[in-house]
Amino acid sequence: MINKKVANITEALEGVSDGMTFMLGGFGLSGIPENAIAELVKRGISGLTCISNNAGVDDFGLGLLLQKRQIKKMISSYVGENEEFERQMLSGELEVELIPQGTLAERCRAAQAGIPAFYTPAGYGTEVAEEKETREFNGKMYVLEHAFKADFAFVKAWKGDEAGNLIFKGTARNFNPVMCGAAKITVAEVEEMVPLGQLDPNQIHIPGIFVQRIIQGTHYEKRIEQRTVRQRSSEN
Amino acid sequence: MLDKTGIAQRIAKEVKDGYYVNLGIGIPTLVANYVRNDIEVEFQSENGVLGMGPFPFEGEEDADVINAGKQTITTLPGASFFDSALSFSMIRGQHVDLTILGAMEVAENGDIANWKIPGKMVKGMGGAMDLVASAENIIVAMMHTNRAGESKLLKRCSLPLTGVACVKKIVTNLAVIEVTSKGFKLLERAPGVSVDDIKNATEGTLLIEGDIPEMAF
Repeated sequence: MINKKVANITEALEGVSDGMTFMLGGFGLSGIPENAIAELVKRGISGLTCISNNAGVDDFGLGLLLQKRQIKKMISSYVGENEEFERQMLSGELEVELIPQGTLAERCRAAQAGIPAFYTPAGYGTEVAEEKETREFNGKMYVLEHAFKADFAFVKAWKGDEAGNLIFKGTARNFNPVMCGAAKITVAEVEEMVPLGQLDPNQIHIPGIFVQRIIQGTHYEKRIEQRTVRQRSSEN
Repeated sequence: MLDKTGIAQRIAKEVKDGYYVNLGIGIPTLVANYVRNDIEVEFQSENGVLGMGPFPFEGEEDADVINAGKQTITTLPGASFFDSALSFSMIRGQHVDLTILGAMEVAENGDIANWKIPGKMVKGMGGAMDLVASAENIIVAMMHTNRAGESKLLKRCSLPLTGVACVKKIVTNLAVIEVTSKGFKLLERAPGVSVDDIKNATEGTLLIEGDIPEMAF
């Protein structure tokens, strides 16, 4: 067993510096690497490019890095629900590249899988495809998209072990598995670090080979963005 | 004239037995409430769940189980979770039978715009560009006119496009319309709405053939 466990979050983020490109898992606030984000805020490094489906909300998730002006550029698919983000974007302080969600996922997966580029139908005929190579296959038009290049990927899983094996929970899975191994160094934080051998090899979502550092997260707020419920009396 | 619920109710009739369906945010989300009970349908949400159920009871919300609108949800027996790449394999790979989404504008050739108002609103396209580029069957749910009273069914979209020549059907508060190679074909009127009302609210070419029936629910 190759041990990927590191002692604390400081050690887990060793090597991060100004101007780097990071991938961060999560959809909305679900499955975001809360501990890594807190440590990045604490370190105060800046000029960062962040690849993440969303940009958090004003006071949580990537919103915390935006507040401190640590992010130079965001690469996302949807950035609503964040006033500070909008202000920085409209004032030109923050560079923003919006790309289709499936393209974002596949550009991560391509980086993970050693595929430099791929064709997708998403965005053909729109401004997303401007200045990109397009090509016809079987009578339909496709756009050439490239694999991402990133220095660190910060992902969050439900359970993990010292070998770096990961299991995700519910829709907190989202972009986390496709970012594993898609950057030079993948840092996984888990809600529950279990003893080696306790994870069933049949149930592992991401094998440890894609993870360089794994750490037990110390605190998870797991904030809910849109709490929606139904009344017990109603049938539907 | 229909309200948003009425639009959702009418669209629910388009959902057939055995369909996998992706619902967008807003009116489309409401469609799930009106699908017939005697057919089997599975709802996919692009953040990574197939087999979505209703909202949870109070106290049972789980931060790890949400839909693409970031709302807390539940899952039904037979549901599955998966990562974002696999989710869009379902979408781009045309395994999803029906996509229902909102729009700011639709053009008579089926172009759709729903992600950006230059200089005013930039929230992003989310999964919409992948969905409209791939789905065989796309229904748009929207109001016929915008807040300024201007038609949202146009000859050409004025806003940045989300997808090209992809919308098949539109259900608005006034009408059910099919997108054909010759323009918008009027299929049904909303209750209490005349053909002239629809004509006046439609900037694009509107094809009217014979008597136009009122929507049935």
